[in-house]
Amino acid sequence: MDLDSLVASGLAEIAAAENAAALNDVRVRLLGKKGAVTGQLQSLGKLSAAERPAAGARINEAKATLGAAIDARALLLERAAVAAELAAGAIDVTLPGRGERAGALHPVTRTRLRIEEIFVRAGFEVVEGPEVEDDFHNFEALNIPADHPARAMHDTFYFGDGRLLRTHTSPVQVRAMMSRPPPFRIIAPGRVYRNDSDQTHTPMFHQVEGLVIDENIGFANLKAILRRFVSEFFEKPLAIRLRPSYFPFTEPSAEVDCQCAFCEGKGCRVCKQTGWLEVLGCGVVHPNVLRNCGLDPERYSGYAFGMGIERFSMLRYDVNDLRLYFENDLRFLAQFERA
Amino acid sequence: MKVSLAWLRDWVDLNPDVAALADELTMAGFEVEGRACAAPPFTGVVVGEVLEARRHPDAERLSVCTVTAGGDTRYTIVCGASNVRAGLKTPLAKVGASLPGGVQIKRAKLRGVESEGMLCSARELGLGDEAEGILELPADLQPGEDFRAALGLDDTVVEVNLTPNRGDALSVLGLARELAVIGGTTLRMPAMPPVAARSGERVSVRLDRPEACAKFAGRVIGGLNPKAPTPLWMRERLRRAGFRSLGPLIDVTNYVMLELGQPMHAYDRRRLKGEVHVRLATPQEPLTLLDGSSLALDADMLVIADDAGPIGLAGVMGGERSAIAPDTTEVFLEVAWFSPSAVAGRGRRLGVITDASQRFERGVDPAGQERALERASALLIEIAGGEAGPAEVTLAREHLPRRAPIALRPSYLKRLIGIEVPGTEVASILTALGMPTTPTPGGWTVTPPSWRFDVTQEADLVEEVARIFGYNAIPEIDAAMPQRPGAVPEGRIESRRLATRLVDRGYFEAINYTFVDPALQRKLFPDSPALALANPISADLAEMRVSLWPGLLATLGANVRRQQARVRLFEIGAKFILQDNVLKEINCLSGVTWGDALPEQWGIKRRAGDFYDAKADLEAVLAASGPAADFSFRAGEISCLHPGRSARIYRDSQPAGWIGELHPELARSLNLQPPPYLFEIELDITSPAPLPAAEEQSRFPGVRRDLAVVVDESVTFSQLRESVTVAASSLMRELKVFDVYRGQGIDSGRKSVALGLILQDKSKTLTDADVDSVMTAVRERLDRDLKATIRD
Repeated sequence: MDLDSLVASGLAEIAAAENAAALNDVRVRLLGKKGAVTGQLQSLGKLSAAERPAAGARINEAKATLGAAIDARALLLERAAVAAELAAGAIDVTLPGRGERAGALHPVTRTRLRIEEIFVRAGFEVVEGPEVEDDFHNFEALNIPADHPARAMHDTFYFGDGRLLRTHTSPVQVRAMMSRPPPFRIIAPGRVYRNDSDQTHTPMFHQVEGLVIDENIGFANLKAILRRFVSEFFEKPLAIRLRPSYFPFTEPSAEVDCQCAFCEGKGCRVCKQTGWLEVLGCGVVHPNVLRNCGLDPERYSGYAFGMGIERFSMLRYDVNDLRLYFENDLRFLAQFERA
Repeated sequence: MKVSLAWLRDWVDLNPDVAALADELTMAGFEVEGRACAAPPFTGVVVGEVLEARRHPDAERLSVCTVTAGGDTRYTIVCGASNVRAGLKTPLAKVGASLPGGVQIKRAKLRGVESEGMLCSARELGLGDEAEGILELPADLQPGEDFRAALGLDDTVVEVNLTPNRGDALSVLGLARELAVIGGTTLRMPAMPPVAARSGERVSVRLDRPEACAKFAGRVIGGLNPKAPTPLWMRERLRRAGFRSLGPLIDVTNYVMLELGQPMHAYDRRRLKGEVHVRLATPQEPLTLLDGSSLALDADMLVIADDAGPIGLAGVMGGERSAIAPDTTEVFLEVAWFSPSAVAGRGRRLGVITDASQRFERGVDPAGQERALERASALLIEIAGGEAGPAEVTLAREHLPRRAPIALRPSYLKRLIGIEVPGTEVASILTALGMPTTPTPGGWTVTPPSWRFDVTQEADLVEEVARIFGYNAIPEIDAAMPQRPGAVPEGRIESRRLATRLVDRGYFEAINYTFVDPALQRKLFPDSPALALANPISADLAEMRVSLWPGLLATLGANVRRQQARVRLFEIGAKFILQDNVLKEINCLSGVTWGDALPEQWGIKRRAGDFYDAKADLEAVLAASGPAADFSFRAGEISCLHPGRSARIYRDSQPAGWIGELHPELARSLNLQPPPYLFEIELDITSPAPLPAAEEQSRFPGVRRDLAVVVDESVTFSQLRESVTVAASSLMRELKVFDVYRGQGIDSGRKSVALGLILQDKSKTLTDADVDSVMTAVRERLDRDLKATIRD
């Protein structure tokens, strides 16, 4: 076979090699020690000295052509093999991952932590106290003597021995005032109890109360902290409105409405078209309370406020039934999975 | 309190914009809870006059009436009311009228006679419950006049939520007084001239307890017409205030209470025996009130009594014996002043809360009794005729409240409010509120009026100034307070950190009531005394929990009933432990886990969760408190857990809690199959955590040697660990247990535990000889301590 036909048939064989082994066979057959092209080199001896260089060059050229074709084919086959291997190893990436799934904090806890964090950033300290209290800390010290009409506002759970379940976290404030020297800023979160159960009341719920005592604290300071708090809580600038009210332990006292966080005051279902949401009670600490707790009202003054955690939580997460918080239905709780 | 704006307008000019007026009231501390029209919408009703009423030819109970509505038209109306009669003025709903409840008036034949409209009862017009008979209108109304206009029905009734400190505003007078201040106008006090005595009839009154009842205004009025009806205007005002009409003798007392805020009582003079006196009840003294309730009184309750016994619970309600009857013609009127402390709480204790008791316990103006008595006398005589005896006031002046002058300092005002309110404004606000204010070198001297029981000290005046100045006119000012870094005790474990660990392991946080079902609690903790509520909200929420498990198990059960296949819950909160009658509130973290070890998923074989799964979760929590070596789990018995699958947890030697499988009997009775696993730890024992202290890590390679140890079933892993640790001493870095095997090849009563020892030296690479010698020591120690054989 002449060299050109050899190259032509060799290239055809290379192209037909389906795998690395077949390609190797072709390489041996063409370029091996006993291969066809190598054989052509041996025939050079029969040529004249003048013909030999040109013939030799042609053979080397044919070797190079075939060698390059083999290398290219080898690369191609290797890539195809890798591709085939990857294709065989493909998985269904849409199947769910394995293992445990995350649970969730209760929305009351989530809301409490949020409220705490906002106040802690303003320099408040979180303090706690007992849930079973006595008359002094829950009522007397707070300027609510026995038979005071305000007691009707607190449907109290009693144990029949003078002990009772606290109706607010204010006893924590009493204990704080009696035990720490001013100035201080505290918030007291916790469970509180009222003997009341219907669509909008549960016998146990949660409050956060705040108390600031220093030598020169007044109503204007209270307004400032509350407006900032509701704006931070709802993450939008909201106005507040204070309505005169009555709590035995503060004077002046106020109920606080904040601009509806949903409609920004335009009026909607949540705010019953009023543009306002009632969210807090507050006031300047009554001098009788300061005196009862061993602080001199001529030297110290302060403000106090209290809010229901469930109320804020319901507004924040669009919960429409208070009772859901205490049913602990996993389907309800699972909605708070987002960390 | 509900009040008609038309009534208030008699006393003070009001903002004509009702919404704005409601806002003014609310922003002055009188929250308007509701506003309603005095009557539901209806049209086409006029004042009609019955000219003639004949019996219906075919119906005994119906009348055929000829009615005029002013003009020449005569209407034929068929009417079923028994009080229909010629000359009666009554509302006529003409054809085309639209009445409350969607009733449309059309021509209609009634037993063959066509009726051209309807004569209306109060109920048909939404003006009350009275359906007996048609409404009888005053004779001076003009036939044809629009009925709504004639009765002033396009009036607004506002419902004001009064705070307990403002008893003085529980009346038209009281609200009008405030509205005059808010609106900057003046109060129009109607003239209430004294009624001259025309008889000498009197009842003598004695004040046995002048500190509780310091004033008693009384008067006899005789010769009353018991059949006289209450005029419509008064019935309407009472109705708008939410009161039913009960005849003029009672209506007048209610009317005066609503108008002047002075609760009063009318006794049937015939039934009084001798002298009336105000005294304390004797213990268990019986009294039947006019609502029929029979009470046994306490010794601190004030009564009105005559010579035959109590005739009323002072300031709360009158007694049945002397109550007004349909034939009463002579009354004894009482307008007394009771001190708030003599009335407060008594009604609530007896379950009788009345309009009178609400006013007296908040404080009734001690200066207003005479006026109220005269007002009531005049109204009564105007309605029912009769003649009055002398108005007599029995008084213990020294026991009436005295309003002492209060000093108000501008500096105090500024401190509590935060800004300076101009002095002229302070004085004008307080003066308008009826508090004479005189300037002094240090500020002002202010004397509260007789009706203000809530103004006794300087801070009370500050509130009044702030309220009328306007809370919303006070600016926001940031408090200037020292900035001090706060304490951060690093070892204290905040519960949120523990909660996060459980949440990451698939647990949901529950918040249960801290009062639980006593029956369930007894089942779980038969020996733990619990604090019981004296007034629980229900029998199944009646005692304080001694563990968080009762609540968690109830919640688990509820979720299982909602078809949850796998439940993991935790709760953080107090339990209430009684020890020798001393209560301890102990903060706990508790969990319950029920169902498979992992959520159902592909590629992992389902496996029921067991003790060790729960234990791993608890260990993750405990790891926050310190190294595992600080905690031990010792088999222990508590009646609510499976005796062989429960452990008490210790931190060093202190008991910290429990973990285990719910006792199978309890699991069966609570319908929880398979039984759940429970854990509970006390957080004041697991906190604080020691601070992390970094140790130097070896730079030389470690060597692992595995060992299969066959021991008796009774030998615990913790014993094995103890022996291995002692024998391997300082070279042991970690001990793994990677299999526990029983069965073929192992004698019954024994088990094979596969241990992996990882040995490492801090100062050199261990040689085979080093390792062999440790392993020999370990084998010998296991054999000696635990009769362990090594399985090859």
